[in-house]
Amino acid sequence: MLPFNFEYYRPSSINEAVELFEKLDQDGKKPIYLSGGTEITTLGRLNQIFTKAVIDVKGIPECNALDFKQNSVVVGAAHTLTQVWESKILPLLGEACVKIGDRTSRNQITLGGNLASQIIYREAVLPLLLSNSTFVVAGIDGIHQISVHKIFKEKLLLKRGEFLVQIKVNGKYRNKPFFIEKKRKSERVDYPLITIETLKIDRSIRLAISGLCAFPFRSYEMEKELNKTGISLEERIDKAVLRIPAPVISDIRGTSEYRIFVLRNTLLDALIDLEGVR
Amino acid sequence: MNDELTLDINGEQRVATVRMADTLLDVLREKLDLTGAKRGCENGDCGSCTVLADGLPVKSCMMLAVDAIGKKLTTIEGLHDDPMQHAFIEKWAFQCGYCTSGFILNARALVNQYPDATDEIMEEWLSSNICRCTSYQEIREAVKSVLKEQRFNVGRPRSRNKR
Amino acid sequence: MKQYRVIGKSVPRKESWDKVSGRVKYIDDFQEVGTLHVKLLTSLYAHASIGKVDTDEAWKVPGVRMIVTGEDYPLLIGTTIKDRPLLAFDKVRYYGEPIAMVIADSEAIAIQAVSSIRVTYKVLPVVNSPVQAYQNDAPLVHEQVEQYQIDQDADGEGASGGIHPVPGTNIANRQGIRKGNIDRGFAQSDFIVEEIFSFNQSDHTAIETRCADVEIKKTGEVIIHSASQEPFEMKELISETFNIDEGKVQVHIPLVGGSFGAKTSVQLEPLAYVASKAVGGRRVRLRNSREEDIATSPVHIGLHAKVKMGCTKDGKLQAIKLHFLFDGGAYAERAIPVSKAAAYDCTGPYAIKNVWCDSLCMYTNHPYATDFRGFGRTEAAFGVERTIDIMANKLGMCPLEFRLKNAIQPGDTSPTQVLLNKSNLGDIRECLLQLKDLIDWDRGQRIDISDRIVRTKGISCAWKNGDPPPGVGAGAILTFNSDGSVNINSAAVEIGQGTKTVLTQMVAEKMKLSEDEVFIQMEVNTQMSPDNWETAASRTTFMSGNAVLRAVEDAIRQLKRTAAIILKVPVDELEVANKKVYKKTSPNISIDFSEIVYGFIFPDGKVAGTQVVGRGTYMIPGITDMDPVTGKGVQGPEWGVIAQAVEVEFDKRDNTFKLIRAVSVADAGTVLNYKGAETQVMGAMNMGLSFATREGFLYDDEGRVLTTQFRSYKVMHYGEQPEYIVRFIENPVKGAPFGSRGLGEHGIMGMPAAVANSLSLAANVSLQQLPLTPEFIWKTRLKAGEVY
Repeated sequence: MLPFNFEYYRPSSINEAVELFEKLDQDGKKPIYLSGGTEITTLGRLNQIFTKAVIDVKGIPECNALDFKQNSVVVGAAHTLTQVWESKILPLLGEACVKIGDRTSRNQITLGGNLASQIIYREAVLPLLLSNSTFVVAGIDGIHQISVHKIFKEKLLLKRGEFLVQIKVNGKYRNKPFFIEKKRKSERVDYPLITIETLKIDRSIRLAISGLCAFPFRSYEMEKELNKTGISLEERIDKAVLRIPAPVISDIRGTSEYRIFVLRNTLLDALIDLEGVR
Repeated sequence: MNDELTLDINGEQRVATVRMADTLLDVLREKLDLTGAKRGCENGDCGSCTVLADGLPVKSCMMLAVDAIGKKLTTIEGLHDDPMQHAFIEKWAFQCGYCTSGFILNARALVNQYPDATDEIMEEWLSSNICRCTSYQEIREAVKSVLKEQRFNVGRPRSRNKR
Repeated sequence: MKQYRVIGKSVPRKESWDKVSGRVKYIDDFQEVGTLHVKLLTSLYAHASIGKVDTDEAWKVPGVRMIVTGEDYPLLIGTTIKDRPLLAFDKVRYYGEPIAMVIADSEAIAIQAVSSIRVTYKVLPVVNSPVQAYQNDAPLVHEQVEQYQIDQDADGEGASGGIHPVPGTNIANRQGIRKGNIDRGFAQSDFIVEEIFSFNQSDHTAIETRCADVEIKKTGEVIIHSASQEPFEMKELISETFNIDEGKVQVHIPLVGGSFGAKTSVQLEPLAYVASKAVGGRRVRLRNSREEDIATSPVHIGLHAKVKMGCTKDGKLQAIKLHFLFDGGAYAERAIPVSKAAAYDCTGPYAIKNVWCDSLCMYTNHPYATDFRGFGRTEAAFGVERTIDIMANKLGMCPLEFRLKNAIQPGDTSPTQVLLNKSNLGDIRECLLQLKDLIDWDRGQRIDISDRIVRTKGISCAWKNGDPPPGVGAGAILTFNSDGSVNINSAAVEIGQGTKTVLTQMVAEKMKLSEDEVFIQMEVNTQMSPDNWETAASRTTFMSGNAVLRAVEDAIRQLKRTAAIILKVPVDELEVANKKVYKKTSPNISIDFSEIVYGFIFPDGKVAGTQVVGRGTYMIPGITDMDPVTGKGVQGPEWGVIAQAVEVEFDKRDNTFKLIRAVSVADAGTVLNYKGAETQVMGAMNMGLSFATREGFLYDDEGRVLTTQFRSYKVMHYGEQPEYIVRFIENPVKGAPFGSRGLGEHGIMGMPAAVANSLSLAANVSLQQLPLTPEFIWKTRLKAGEVY
């Protein structure tokens, strides 16, 4: 039950969407884009989101793209997490999506919705950070292709009036070995204590983490330590832990000390899995 | 600002006057008198409002009603003498009954989509709903009995993704 | 053992098809056009004095009909101690406490208006735990507890024996148990252990949130619709609080979407009454959101317990000394009875001659507590049963043998000094012996699966008497349809426990009918049904069942009397079965119920008999008041017992675990409905494991509850449950319907201790706090030097 009402628009093209936004914004309606609608319904009822107009991007063909051609995987932002997973188009991404929320919710939460979420975890970004993906963003001044590393810093940095249309990933990432693990406080359905995803390219490991700090990140510093040779796995992990890029959070799901304990164990599992040692 | 919208529910075209901000759950319960979907948390967490949209379970508390236009919706009122209903009774898979509509619909979709559902798939799907009365073991037995019955029922083959 | 036709059979719930087809109407499913909606403004602080409540902006929201604040109704309310303001005035005592309410045309408007009310608070120091509450220098939650009215004759569960708050402290009540000589007990002991156990408050989280509709008619009649376990107590409370003739208060209870004790307290209904009154008696609805249901409405009590136990070297328990500090929260009406009941059965089912217990209900700045499945026993058993394992370990004895050796037997006395016999006490030894087989105890309590994984088993016992105060009972009325089938009118509330169906089985059994020929009214209407004490304390089947059986006897008497005239056979030679009255010696001489249930007319116009209406009432005999200091008294008719085991698989590296198997063996007296009983116990076990491993409020330093959604307050989900196995033994109780014992709560009681015993063995540390999260286990092992 949302205490406030809004106007609902479902444009069928990118142009229509951005123009609508302009207009509604000028009218003072504080428009927002939505696709799955799961966040407006749940945060809206607690007055944590407010708007007088919503623009549903689900009807825009580009937001529903799902293909692999010219060695590029394209996934429209309006796909649900279940669809991304079932498509098997990019296992690295699909396996991250299938760990979010619960199955029924994943039938509703969209990829774009998760990436643009107000909630800090945004786990779908982990594989996109690891695969140096490109985000396709539409705004009043046209469509831009931007590197994930530029547009996703702690969160999705969209300018006013912009929305995420698609993500693009180089096809070579479709079959690289990766490891993903989501650790929860105790329930199978919960936000993460930590979710880590690691990807092995040639002989080096890439690492992205959600839940450890107040935002998801990929850390080159930690990767550097993990990729050191000639020392034990434990030593590599010890050094990587010293390079965590921001304060480790303590909240109702776990203290920072415990998160680090869980991180160490999970990193160990990841390294063993990807390096095939022990 | 109210608008009229038409929804395809249980094989019927139903018209309702709604606020654009109304959730599907609000409309089902308050405008269409389909009260089988329950308000348990209105936050997408408990699953007692689960209905099927194009054969897939969705939590109607976090879907805007307007978003359901064009989808084939099934609520618990749309099941008639369904094997899943029989199985829930036979295996004592409910007590107070409040979560039951949601559980049955989720389970119904599950066995349609995955006639060979493993324990793992059942867990993935059914952990979307919360029951506070039963031990879940009864629900597990109910769903398994339908899967088993369906496998014996050669006359009605079903395959994954066939809706 | 006696053989029955219908009793014991797994007769499906009468309302089964309604529940699987979405046709059941819970209160929220009744939508009367024109109903106004009420929303509460609740406190953002756990302890603060209230300055100004500014409603100016809220009044501007179109569709607002009325706004009521605490100042408008400075009323104190409560079923035992009247310590709770209807709406807070002067100060708030917990986060989430109602301060004001908006009555509006729609729920959306009401929410919008509530969020426009501005309250100025002056924050006060909080009492954030029962231990802090017990300190001499603790801030006081209630400054003038001596001024509160107390209903010393309150007839709620566990209320007997009076209520004695201690002015100038946060002690809402102290219940003692003094049996034997505690000092001598410890002097006779070779081994003494003393340990501390604790857990925070938690919540029932029935999936249906609490909801109440109230309207006031022109005649002054108050019509309440509510999801409640206590229609009659509610009627009394509304009548007395607002000075309305009791006959003018009518309470309707539809089927209830789960309760587990939550819906015993009366909270929303008086608020809705005031709201309705404020809008000229129009029908209003007040329904909790999930967040309100967790934080604003009453919760499951928390506990800090000190357990001291003494034992001889050959393993005979000599003494137990218990000090309970219950976290009753801000208001104590139901928390006090829970804390008293915890004392009455404090030892668990063991023969201990010297028992000392002080059970204190503490005021804190937390949400206020009410009944929760187990009613004090689940809570007490966690500490006591863990300590039993610790003691057995110290003695080097098998914990199961140790329990067998000390198991309470006929001839022993309860902590409340009741002499026990085969009827009033279930057979815990037999339960333990069967449990031993079912859990494969002899194959080892601890088995290493790999370097990392270990499998362990832990056990626990529990017992419970109900705590109905003296003088409570139930009534029932039977009527007949012209085809001879029977209708039952009983005000037992159906909350999912299956009572209604069991009552139809009882009638079918006694009248030798098929269960399909017995109907029962599912809803309760206090104006239509005879008074029934609350649906609580696992006493519903006992009391309502006895009332129904008496109504059956009464109906049979009437049927036979009429038949005797028609058949010209003496009454004592007649029998009933299959909707007929017949002559025992020649069954061909018979007459159908259908011909006599509305009276019989001879061809000459003479009449035999009139409409048959069976009437049965029952009052529990032998219950006495409980002494507040020594606890001496008879708290209920019988102790049901249960032995339980939990097997876990523990990962020594990650400190995570899987629940593998959980077993219960309970003394059911007589099983009334096999699947009904089995699934009740299984459900309770699951709730116990969920409580012990995941649940529990987290508060911030200012006493605010941080876990008010299912996203933060986690309960067990499908797939996390272990395999459940339930068995019954049957030692009938004299005076109970078919000899049955209370069963609805027992399944939960030993679960927290059993899983904690299992995990303590697995983790090689003593786990003394709930919930048993992997992080808590890791920290405990870290402290003990078990991990680095």
